[in-house]
Amino acid sequence: MARIVLSDEFGRQFAGGQTRFDLDVRDVRHLIRTLEEMFPGIAEHLEAGAIAIDNEIIPDPWLNPIRPNSEVFFLPAIKGG
Amino acid sequence: MAGYEGKSFKWVGTRPVRPDGVDKVTGRATYGADMNLPGQLTGRILRSPHAHAKILSIDTSKAEKLKGVKAVVTSKDFPQMHRGVLPGDEGVNFHYLSSNIMARDKVLYDGHAVAAVAATSAAIAEEALALIDVKYEVLPHVIDVDDAMKPGAPLLHDDVFTTGVNPKPDKPSNIVQRVHMALGDAEAAFKDADIVIERSFKSKAVHQGYIEPHAVVAEWSEDGQCRIWCSSQGHFMVRALTSRLLNMEAAQIRVMPAEIGGGFGGKTIVFIEPTAVLLARKASLPVRIVMSRDEVFRATGPAPGSSMDVKIGAKKDGTLVAAVGEFRFQAGAFPGSPVGPACMAAFGPYALANVTSAGYEAVTNRPLCYSYRAPGAPLSSFAVESVIDEIAQKLNIDPMEMRIKNGSKEGTQMVYGPKLKAVGNLECLKAIQNHPINKIPLGPNQGRGLAAGFWFNLGGQSSAVVNIAEDGTANIMTGSPDIGGSRASMALMAAEVLGIDYSKVRPIVGDTSSVGFCEITHGSRVTFATGMAIIQAAEDVVLQCRQRVAAMWEVDVDAVKWEDGHACPAGANAGDQKPLSLAKIAAKASRTGGPLVGSAAINAGGAGPAFGVHICDVEVDPETGGVTVLRYVAAQDAGKAIHPSYVEGQIQGGVAQGIGWALNEEYIYGADGRLQNSGFLDYRIPVASDLPMIDALILEVPNPGHPFGVRGVGEVPIVPPLAAIANAIARATGARMMDLPMSPPKILAAIDAKK
Repeated sequence: MARIVLSDEFGRQFAGGQTRFDLDVRDVRHLIRTLEEMFPGIAEHLEAGAIAIDNEIIPDPWLNPIRPNSEVFFLPAIKGG
Repeated sequence: MAGYEGKSFKWVGTRPVRPDGVDKVTGRATYGADMNLPGQLTGRILRSPHAHAKILSIDTSKAEKLKGVKAVVTSKDFPQMHRGVLPGDEGVNFHYLSSNIMARDKVLYDGHAVAAVAATSAAIAEEALALIDVKYEVLPHVIDVDDAMKPGAPLLHDDVFTTGVNPKPDKPSNIVQRVHMALGDAEAAFKDADIVIERSFKSKAVHQGYIEPHAVVAEWSEDGQCRIWCSSQGHFMVRALTSRLLNMEAAQIRVMPAEIGGGFGGKTIVFIEPTAVLLARKASLPVRIVMSRDEVFRATGPAPGSSMDVKIGAKKDGTLVAAVGEFRFQAGAFPGSPVGPACMAAFGPYALANVTSAGYEAVTNRPLCYSYRAPGAPLSSFAVESVIDEIAQKLNIDPMEMRIKNGSKEGTQMVYGPKLKAVGNLECLKAIQNHPINKIPLGPNQGRGLAAGFWFNLGGQSSAVVNIAEDGTANIMTGSPDIGGSRASMALMAAEVLGIDYSKVRPIVGDTSSVGFCEITHGSRVTFATGMAIIQAAEDVVLQCRQRVAAMWEVDVDAVKWEDGHACPAGANAGDQKPLSLAKIAAKASRTGGPLVGSAAINAGGAGPAFGVHICDVEVDPETGGVTVLRYVAAQDAGKAIHPSYVEGQIQGGVAQGIGWALNEEYIYGADGRLQNSGFLDYRIPVASDLPMIDALILEVPNPGHPFGVRGVGEVPIVPPLAAIANAIARATGARMMDLPMSPPKILAAIDAKK
């Protein structure tokens, strides 16, 4: 099971304050679908932000695999200057 | 030079002449405003004189009748956009974006566009603007972020409901979002601290200060095709946003990148391009719009002002035990401030087990807030680094030793979650610690300040093509506008892989119909991500060369290796073959499979975060409060500096802008909500005579996510200067400045208050 960590505000807004989940998911697309089923409406917010898998911020990561021991963080969007 | 696949670098790390240099110094380089087309009209934009007002009516009839006026547009000419963010729009609210380009029901800031004209001369266009009759109902306005967050503040939008809170508010407010992230339990950990310091900070909005104003020429063809020439940080961005805002197909729009005279984040979005297209379509003639400096200040995308509280606790030996920051950012008229990255970056230089970083963003009656180098990080770092320095001062500890003691490094968990991979924070700290500046004695009224900074760096989508000519020279093309010297860096990386002389590689920036998609030039991503695409495209050429030579030698491709620009036998099984140069292989390309063209299209991950550590000496005039920066040294981890002169230039440029932010720059509003200093005479950016030589130290801790070890370098240099200057002033005067800019009257008042 991968460890999934939502930001505090997403946890508060969608998941009753819970931010950490252990989920069996194949890739990021699967993860977002799974979270959307658990917390309807969360997907569009997750997709507008950034995501880090195993300590690396991944751009546009739908097909990025998530391993059973992976750690995934959803982050605010990061724009550069 | 050690590096790539265990080989020494031949070109990477050298300092050749820039490929765009001659055109720039001779004036041949074509910037946005230099484009001229036959029959071209002049476009001008009418802007709101009010900070906040309902638009009751717009009468353009007199302007339309003026001889020489060929088109007039208002918001009615722009397609209606869906209110809110649609799936697939990557978080962009196109209703807001369209409403910023041309006000719909309300004007939300002084300078907000309400109408535009295209005429046969600038004088006629100006006359036409004066004939447009706009009736307003003036509304109360709010500029300051703390004021905007108060209950009862003038409300800008009726569809902004604060996100990130539970329960979801049932009433709109100016507060766009709450951001919150934490590690451990900071409030509990403060009990273990021997010293706790809590301070509040304020700052005003600042502009990126790029020298070249926004400029565009748009041409509309009878068959619905459109061509745009403009200066931007991403012509694919211009295409994407223009097509979406005007309901056009992207392939109908071809955007040609002009040379760019600075952007720093401020040219990562459209302000005038869709308006120029609408005018050109209506007039059936090309239209050029060039913003005045007044318009640039009043109606583009400056960085936010802020209000911040930071509380940090430490042990007597300087060990940090807990930290809390709350960062409130002024968004401008529409949501979009960088408060999220500010929270994420604030405590980046420190390994903290107990830390909370929270933020709020509020809309205000100011121009849209947009990106400026390391968006958000300079402000939050100013607050954090100031408190760190004060703790060191109070504990009588060397501020450098305290930073080294607590410095983040590989394995440190950041407040936003992930752990750092290999980074150069400690290396930068030690480089500054060992710098001779520390041995220079300070005189009266002089102080030495230190600060550290962090920025994530980005990767993302890039495309590149490497075309080998028949003589073995190379044209390389990407779609990334060259703002910081990327053409030279691309050519160096291509030369390195191809094994040919740098002078044999000619880099260009292709238009949106000539090369594959590239994201905007931002986030210190181009040398990293587009460079990776160039490397892969050049490797594609090398593979093709090896395959063709292998076919000629009648051996397997593995029996042919690429060495110093030649195909060579990899071992005895290739036979006794003489090496074949790229030029010789290219000359026979027509007989071995056709043109040699390498390409790559990638979405680059693996961007390595950057750290910078700065130290400076200042002298404060106790009579005037004026600050002279005497010395400045900046150390930064570049991973691998492809063209060190450009890296040094990025560091020096970031420091110069940071010094301006620290000492002089601010948006000044009158009581009527109108901007008072929309020109460089009154908005004081530093000039060469204001600055000392900025000593740039490049550290190279390779980024494992890039084949040459590259990290982005353009963002982080602007993060530490605000605090470095403030800390130096504090040491010089005994007065700690917590309100930016640290202009002479404020410093004088702070000195007087200490007496």
